[in-house]
Amino acid sequence: MGGSIFQYDFIIKGLLGALFASITAGIAGTFIVSRRMVFLSGGITHASFGGIGIGYFVGINPVIGAAIFGILSALGVEYLAVKQKIREDSAIGILWAFGMAIGIIFIYLTPGYTPNLMSYLFGSILTVTNADIIALGIMSVVLIIYFGIFYRTIIYISFDEAFARTYSSYVDLFKYITTALIALTIVLNIRMAGVVLVISLLTIPPNIAMIFTKIYRRIVIWSIIAGFLGTSAGYAISYFAGIPVGATIIFTLVIIWVASKGIYFVVKKMDVYWLSDKTELKTKT
Amino acid sequence: MASLIEISSLSAGYESNIVLVDINFSICENDFIGVIGPNGGGKTTLLKVILGLLKPFSGTIVFNEDLLKRTRIGYLPQMSAGDISFPVTVFDVILSGLMINKSVVARITAEDRKKAENVIGELGLGGIKKSPLNELSGGQLQRMFLGRAIIGSPALLLLDEPDNFVDATFENDFYQKLHDLNERMAILMVSHDVGTISSHVKSFACVNRKLHYHPSPEITNEQLSSYDCPIQLVTHGRIPHTVLEKHD
Repeated sequence: MGGSIFQYDFIIKGLLGALFASITAGIAGTFIVSRRMVFLSGGITHASFGGIGIGYFVGINPVIGAAIFGILSALGVEYLAVKQKIREDSAIGILWAFGMAIGIIFIYLTPGYTPNLMSYLFGSILTVTNADIIALGIMSVVLIIYFGIFYRTIIYISFDEAFARTYSSYVDLFKYITTALIALTIVLNIRMAGVVLVISLLTIPPNIAMIFTKIYRRIVIWSIIAGFLGTSAGYAISYFAGIPVGATIIFTLVIIWVASKGIYFVVKKMDVYWLSDKTELKTKT
Repeated sequence: MASLIEISSLSAGYESNIVLVDINFSICENDFIGVIGPNGGGKTTLLKVILGLLKPFSGTIVFNEDLLKRTRIGYLPQMSAGDISFPVTVFDVILSGLMINKSVVARITAEDRKKAENVIGELGLGGIKKSPLNELSGGQLQRMFLGRAIIGSPALLLLDEPDNFVDATFENDFYQKLHDLNERMAILMVSHDVGTISSHVKSFACVNRKLHYHPSPEITNEQLSSYDCPIQLVTHGRIPHTVLEKHD
């Protein structure tokens, strides 16, 4: 432990990365899990690998290629599902493999060495640049503002789309914007956890939160806290144990999830009243 | 009685499929109309036209602007609506009935909360207002969605097969509640359970491509057969009952 400037930098970068990843994944993840869009999100993630491959081939930043692929595939599935021209899960299944196939073909065609390919697949804090951290930071602010301002509109469309259509003509617009933001969130988090693991970064924290609360706003907040605990602990463990960071984060998150299940079981047995949604709100109103 | 909506020579449907043909119909203040007819006969289509979700092919639908703005139509959709496992509370669902008056940047005011509290009290949902939906019974869900429909104090309440909520225990309470509400608003209720609703509604509209209006809640078998309404005959007594046509 030398305490060099480099190491200090590394820790700050790691913590900021963990914080922004937790905020973006917590907000987007709560939406994905509540709307049962986990499979769609998996499809977006893997489809974006096609963009990474093309990015390498034409020599642009693979993240930009992934973002374009991710957003287009997300909107494509949403559009096809709205028009009901194809079964949504079939569309996702096709897109999922097609994106991977394109990625593999273009990486194969790219002459010479493809740097950091493994980090796109499995995530790595070592290759995360300052630009990646800044992009995640901006995404955090965008998501907080978007979900903060349109909270009710988004929640009510998600809960009962048919009823929302009886009072709003913006239902489809909101669905497309939300889906695009989620796709972008997923792609930016690929830098942290990799194509293979990023879906757990989005789905495990909300599932930890949902053990303790069924109120949307609180699920978001607890997801962010659980995500931050899991990612920062994962970083620390991977650093000291010298094992891959993406996998360690997911492993840590699953341990927190199992532990939370256990705590909830005990708490429920003991009937700790202040941990219940209902009791706490009674005093508020 | 002043009319709220006048529908004249209206035809409507989906793409090449005409569902409603030459409908003439009006809804007046204090009406309680049961809309009956076979599946696919156009009952739900009629509601969609009134709600403005479906543009008619031809004909007119005129709202009495003094009594009924679009924002003053309450709507209780069929039970299939809404994702019951979505993390939202009874209180929030009821508040969503006010969204028609709000922009996309919807802020909930103290007045809105008071309205929601009043509706919750009126419908006896006080004990479960913060409960997640997947912990509720069918009858509680039904009353919650009714709460969402009436929180904006509508002048007209549209109900699409509320009897599908399958909760016999609460059925009587529910119709009693509708009876109370009818003193403040007109009600148009789609149903396929003619036997039950005949003792609650004031009049019937039979919809099967065409619409036939029966100004009294009694329907005779002759009327039904001449209108091609394949339903059972209903009569009133101390206990509402259904009389089947004599068979050979």
